[in-house]
Amino acid sequence: MKAPLSWLKDYVDIDVTAEELQKKLFSCGFEVEELIDIGKDISGVVVGEVIECEPVPETHLHVCKVDCGEKGIFQICCGADNVKKGIKAPCALVGATVYATAKDHVTVEGVVTIKKGKLRGIESFGMLCSGAELGVNGDMFEGGDYCGLLLLPQSCKNGEDVKHILGLDDYIFDISVTANRPDCQSILGIAREVAAVLGKKVKEPDYKFKTVKGKDEKIKVSILAPELCPRYIGHYVKDVKIAPSPQWLKKKLALCGLRSINNVVDITNFILLELGQPMHAFDLRSLTGREIVVRRAKNGEKITTLDGNKFDLNSENLVICDGQKPCALAGIMGGLNSEIEDDTKEVFFESAKFARDSVRKTARALGQHSDSSALFEKGVNEYTAEKAICRALNLICALNCGTVTEVHADETTTYSRTNEKNMTVSVAKINALLGITVPAAEMVKILKSLNFKAEVNGDEMRLVVPRYREDIDGYPDIAEEIIRFYGYDRINGTFMPSAAITNGGYSEEQKAENKLKSLLVAKGLYEISTYSFYSQKDLDMLHIPADAPERKTIKILNPISEDLSVMRTTLAPSMVNTAVRNLRRGNMEGKLFELAKIYIADELPVKNFPEEKQVLALGMWGKYGFFEMKGVTESIAAAINNKFDYEPFEKPFLHPGITAKILCEGEEIGYLGMLSPAVAQELALDRAVVVAEIDYEKMQSHAKPFKYAPLSKFPEITRDLALTCDRETTCAEIEKEIYSACKFVSAVKLFDVYVGEQVGAGKKSMAFKITFTPKDEALEERIDGFIKKILNNLKFKLNIELR
Amino acid sequence: MKDKIKEIEEQINAAVSDIQTSKNLMEIKMKFLGKTGEISALMKNMRDVPAEERPSLGKILNALRQRAEERFASLEEKIKKAELKKRYAEEKIDVTLPGKDMPDGAYHPNTLVRQELISIFSGMGFEVFEGPEIENDYYNFTALNTPADHPARDMQDTFYLSPDLLLRTQTSAGQIRVMENKKPPIKILSPGKVYRSDDDATHSPMFSQMEGLVVDKGITLCDLKGMLDEFAKKIFGSGVKTRLRPSYFPFTEPSVEVDVSCFECGGKGCRLCKGTGWIEVLGAGMVNRRVLEGCGIDPDVYTGFAFGMGIERIAMLKYGINNMKLLFEGDVRFLKQFKG
Repeated sequence: MKAPLSWLKDYVDIDVTAEELQKKLFSCGFEVEELIDIGKDISGVVVGEVIECEPVPETHLHVCKVDCGEKGIFQICCGADNVKKGIKAPCALVGATVYATAKDHVTVEGVVTIKKGKLRGIESFGMLCSGAELGVNGDMFEGGDYCGLLLLPQSCKNGEDVKHILGLDDYIFDISVTANRPDCQSILGIAREVAAVLGKKVKEPDYKFKTVKGKDEKIKVSILAPELCPRYIGHYVKDVKIAPSPQWLKKKLALCGLRSINNVVDITNFILLELGQPMHAFDLRSLTGREIVVRRAKNGEKITTLDGNKFDLNSENLVICDGQKPCALAGIMGGLNSEIEDDTKEVFFESAKFARDSVRKTARALGQHSDSSALFEKGVNEYTAEKAICRALNLICALNCGTVTEVHADETTTYSRTNEKNMTVSVAKINALLGITVPAAEMVKILKSLNFKAEVNGDEMRLVVPRYREDIDGYPDIAEEIIRFYGYDRINGTFMPSAAITNGGYSEEQKAENKLKSLLVAKGLYEISTYSFYSQKDLDMLHIPADAPERKTIKILNPISEDLSVMRTTLAPSMVNTAVRNLRRGNMEGKLFELAKIYIADELPVKNFPEEKQVLALGMWGKYGFFEMKGVTESIAAAINNKFDYEPFEKPFLHPGITAKILCEGEEIGYLGMLSPAVAQELALDRAVVVAEIDYEKMQSHAKPFKYAPLSKFPEITRDLALTCDRETTCAEIEKEIYSACKFVSAVKLFDVYVGEQVGAGKKSMAFKITFTPKDEALEERIDGFIKKILNNLKFKLNIELR
Repeated sequence: MKDKIKEIEEQINAAVSDIQTSKNLMEIKMKFLGKTGEISALMKNMRDVPAEERPSLGKILNALRQRAEERFASLEEKIKKAELKKRYAEEKIDVTLPGKDMPDGAYHPNTLVRQELISIFSGMGFEVFEGPEIENDYYNFTALNTPADHPARDMQDTFYLSPDLLLRTQTSAGQIRVMENKKPPIKILSPGKVYRSDDDATHSPMFSQMEGLVVDKGITLCDLKGMLDEFAKKIFGSGVKTRLRPSYFPFTEPSVEVDVSCFECGGKGCRLCKGTGWIEVLGAGMVNRRVLEGCGIDPDVYTGFAFGMGIERIAMLKYGINNMKLLFEGDVRFLKQFKG
């Protein structure tokens, strides 16, 4: 919301500087995002009167003597075509700063400091300026658009700084207005807050107008979609004289960035800024029948808006129609067919409230946005709609550009023109919420400054809420109004003296997660966090087949881009992408983990809350390979006091010979493996990347409570066995048979594998260290028997010999 | 016998002058003082000495033994010192050579901040609750006093998965789930990922928030201030002050923005605080009556406050990270810096 200081001053006697006002507004909840000093680039420019003006032969230049009052009389060389003796113009003295303009004399190319100069050998002590050189256009000041000198009124005093004359000593407050205060999307709304924070009164705009009696035919307004249009007010103005607006009106629009069009259109734009109420003016001659119908568009109906854009409409779009056709997209833009033209004689002013959601949906669906739609989307109120029509008629009278008839229409289904919004609140409750004691009298004073009617009777405070304050709902809203002016700095910190003691901290599940993360960090892994969404292309990258469960992704209906368009069903693509990104940046080794969710829908398109499954992903590359990663998964198993089993496995994106399924107590909980050479090649990777995924919740379901095992009185015994077996026999198979042969075996650890001539073709040798843990008796004497049993078992089950 | 004693003493003197190493010393020492050593042998020979001579000879012998022991002891000390000195010289390293890498891992900065926040608030009695990331319209908006036509819906750009399901835009959604299932006193923290359709240097379509909620009898705005003062001091340093200023959230009333005094410049104004001396860190407020009512909690009996902060924002402030993207790229050069 942009509010010029000069405009605010029309309603409030502001006696503080712009910077001070900025601080005050901040303290009551209106952050000034930018305080724009509109004349900050202009300095040292004063009123100069040309008292002598002689042409320089054979040039377009004139050499002038310029009287700058108490600053002196200067010789200035001027090339403008409208320079002549007797005129007054802005004179930039030596050392002044003004805008440099391009050859077109309009485009600003930066700021220049005026120096003493010489043109065609003639010394010049300054520069006479055009509007563009001072950043002033024709709307800001009459003559500002002319490419020659900006002529100043003869009444200006020579030597006076021109900034005040041109309105360049003004500031624009760019204010961020919170969503609960649509009433402050207007100059008047901000002025009300300024008045309250400065302890001043607001001077409301003049809403008075005079109607002229006549036999004017009524204009019938019917609202056929009351759910989208709670109030529609219209008024008929005749004998309209379309003309340029007066300078003061043009300037106000210009300060807020709008260009002047003509008096009638400018009136509607002025009210949009002043009151925050968008209005529209129809040229009545182009309406069929003296009738306005507010209805939903028919499917396939068409409209061309003022800016020439054509739209096909449907029943979601609200339109303003005459007896036959749509003449405006309600709240967004008028139709080209009923535009105000230079010869318009009869105008029907519209001031209405349209449902914000309807305007928003239509504006978005059609891609047609305007200042009007922006305001309707934030929310306008029925009260201001009424004020706006009065203000428009007041300005018609003030500008003397039409006859205000008695033909008035006001249709509403919801708004009560008479009922005030009354509230009774408890002073004690307000203070109980705030935690401090604000005296009742102070509360009344603050609320009155905000145009509430307030009176206190004991603990009871009776209020009448200003009709434009639709946000006021209950006593906490009143508490907020009070504290934002009483001062948040008067809130003292306390430490919940009346609250019950509660026991805080992590749940068991969260503790388990923390434990896992701390293990992985201790193992040297870095934790990553990647986006929960990616694209189907990321699944293509990993060769995931079209019918795989991972392809059943939940789509985002309005993604930022195709790359972030589906919720992930596996963390593998994110991990691989992270490894690839690292390798491309020259990070030649890495060990990463991510604990995050995947999203599994029971049906697609998704209707019910999907399952959000926590998954642990691991990724390693560079000097870390399959067995380093397996070392980590073994540690994870130990951390849940269980054991994982590994079986050869295949995944579309993993090396078929270097991939294992991870099982726990017979249940599949994940996989680990090396990226297949095919995928690696497509990704142009020159290093192996290893990836694992573990279903976190499944894994945790196998977590066993840890209990201390009593120490045996007898020492553990270890024996090494070197075995010869078939090349295909796996380590896991052998381990399993060693365990099953003797209940005293507590650990089996492979320490050597040998393949070569000495063991023969198709064979390999594997050496294990076996630990026997005694229970209630020493085992020394039984060990030989155990070894024999183990060897027999291996021979029988797996055809394995002692080497 | 006396001669023998004298002879041994001379032998000792001669031997001692040759000793260079502690091994050598031990040998010599054993030769004279060991169980089968020369002096011990003399002691044994005392049996053959006439009884009247024994006391005086004994004295002489004992004196010899004592002298020898002292001699060896002082020599031992000297040799050990010399040997140590030599060893030190031999083993000396260049202590300025680089240390050997013992790679350890690191938590993601978000996890570090999250754990720190949880530890601060759990000490104040807050439990941790995690709600789903995929929410429906009711929990994310309607129950938070943000019905379909509410202007506040425009404050956040929401990702929709179906007409009703969406990616939660705020961890506040979890508030409702807690209050539906738990009656006051309530003190919860709800950390988690949230999603908004925003993507630039300071916004990411996915980020994390930490929501706090207290509902109990007699909870006031002053309590909110007191608790946030404590939080700010613990996370940004004991000298940090907090400031409340008016704001708006549909689910709190009054609503506030909470600023902390700039911990970089102490409030004088610097680049971090953009010259204002204050840094915006979170939004908060007193829980809106309608929200409590909707969850079956009587707002005339209970009041509460809620606050929500961006975890990435805190991490960026705390560690001086200038681009939010870095947090989601997984670059090991970035990650390995967070050993804290």
